[in-house]
Amino acid sequence: MLLIPCPWCGPRAQVEFTYGGDATVKRPAIDAPVDAWAAFVYQRDNPAGPHDELWFHGAGCRQWFRVRRDTRTHEILDSAPPAGNSP
Amino acid sequence: MSNGAGATRRPRVKYSIFSLARNALSHHEGWPRAWRSPPPKPRYDAVIVGGGGHGLATAYYLAKEHGLVNIAVLEKGYLGGGNTGRNTTIVRSNYHLDPNAHFYELSLKLWEGLSQDLNFNVMYSARGVLNLVHSPADMDAAMRRGNAMRLNGIDAEFLASDEIARRIPNLDCSPDARFPVLGGLLQPRGGTVRHDAVAWGYARAADARGVDIIQQCEVTGIRIENGAIAGVDTTQGFIATSKLGLAVAGNSSRLASMAGITLPIESHALQALVTEPVKPALDTVVTSGAVHFYISQSDRGELVMGGDLDFCNSYAQRGNLPVIEHVVSACLALFPSFGRLKVMRTWGGLCDMTMDGSPIVGALPVKGLTMTGGWCYGGFKATPASGWLHAYTMARGEPHPLNAAFTLERFARGETIDEKGAGPTPWAH
Repeated sequence: MLLIPCPWCGPRAQVEFTYGGDATVKRPAIDAPVDAWAAFVYQRDNPAGPHDELWFHGAGCRQWFRVRRDTRTHEILDSAPPAGNSP
Repeated sequence: MSNGAGATRRPRVKYSIFSLARNALSHHEGWPRAWRSPPPKPRYDAVIVGGGGHGLATAYYLAKEHGLVNIAVLEKGYLGGGNTGRNTTIVRSNYHLDPNAHFYELSLKLWEGLSQDLNFNVMYSARGVLNLVHSPADMDAAMRRGNAMRLNGIDAEFLASDEIARRIPNLDCSPDARFPVLGGLLQPRGGTVRHDAVAWGYARAADARGVDIIQQCEVTGIRIENGAIAGVDTTQGFIATSKLGLAVAGNSSRLASMAGITLPIESHALQALVTEPVKPALDTVVTSGAVHFYISQSDRGELVMGGDLDFCNSYAQRGNLPVIEHVVSACLALFPSFGRLKVMRTWGGLCDMTMDGSPIVGALPVKGLTMTGGWCYGGFKATPASGWLHAYTMARGEPHPLNAAFTLERFARGETIDEKGAGPTPWAH
């Protein structure tokens, strides 16, 4: 069981959370070429190592936040609220 | 044994009742090794990365169907130590969309004759795969998929609840069951295959055709010259080749990134577990899409079961307890009598989860580079067709009609093959 440090509620059990995927993908500009949109929708770096990802604390404060987690060991290295939205 | 000057073809000892009897007279001390372990040669006509079922099958069919002999399979660990040895051994071709249906049906047809083809008993058991129906919506989906299968020439039967209760007495088919069984879609030719035997059988048959199988040889880099594959750097040195095939599902993104390619794939851990062995209690593979659970009984008597992914990116080859708890609770809701059994082992494997739930079998955008991967949950049952079609694509330089739809480019073109309609959320397929 992962113990996920919610920036608002503190460490809570994994079952309270929903995974939101890679936090590094950025929506391209509306007039960006189609390749940029295809990469945004489909391509992922999928690193073996530290991975920045989104989690949702559905059974707690119902906030989205970022977690940095090592995909090789499941060790959680850091968590933080989305930029510009401190607790 | 040869010290590996390579393509020294050995006469293969055919496995049969006669060779068994002959070797019994010498107390089974005279059996030769099933395959050689040569050091790598400096150059091969084709190199396959990944010594699991898919890579070994690719090498076997390259040699058998396309006449290549100077082939190497590189494996970072030991043969079949990845997903080939970590799955729940289920084979089936009960898909709705045409590309998947025809692809997996080729695979099932190859499974049916594989023991004879390889002269190695892979223990294909056509015990049937039954998908349970728990709701009117499930019923509609099962009827639609069953009819699609039959239109594609694939066996499918709908079983009513009382017929299921008769065939599978352990299953709770009572009206007050937590998940009432309204019926089920059965593929009679689906079943199980002994997973380790698949790696060993393909390895032995490929070796007999001159393929060099090199274990403890991890690829650390892919060399590209003038836009074409030049070879691979490995922990046993540089190996030159102009045809490189990746069969490394779970790690496809890592290998493709060595060639500068980003794939529409995330790696996720999928767990499975077995109970203590008991006498024959379940002679069919039973699955439930509603609770996402599947179970069968191995020939050793263990009940083998699994369920959902762990739902977050992972390269750890192990998972966490919430999923195990979910699988066990689903099992007990469907099969209350299994509550007395103890869980003996749990383990995890890595799935290449693609953005549409379907695999990528074909060329990558570097000349001479191909892959077979992106299997999501479906890699083991795909093994023979994956190898057959990957070999075809490597040898001919173009895809076969049966893997022409499984391109990398389909995502950018919007031609995804999304069996479940889940969209580009890889862990939802």
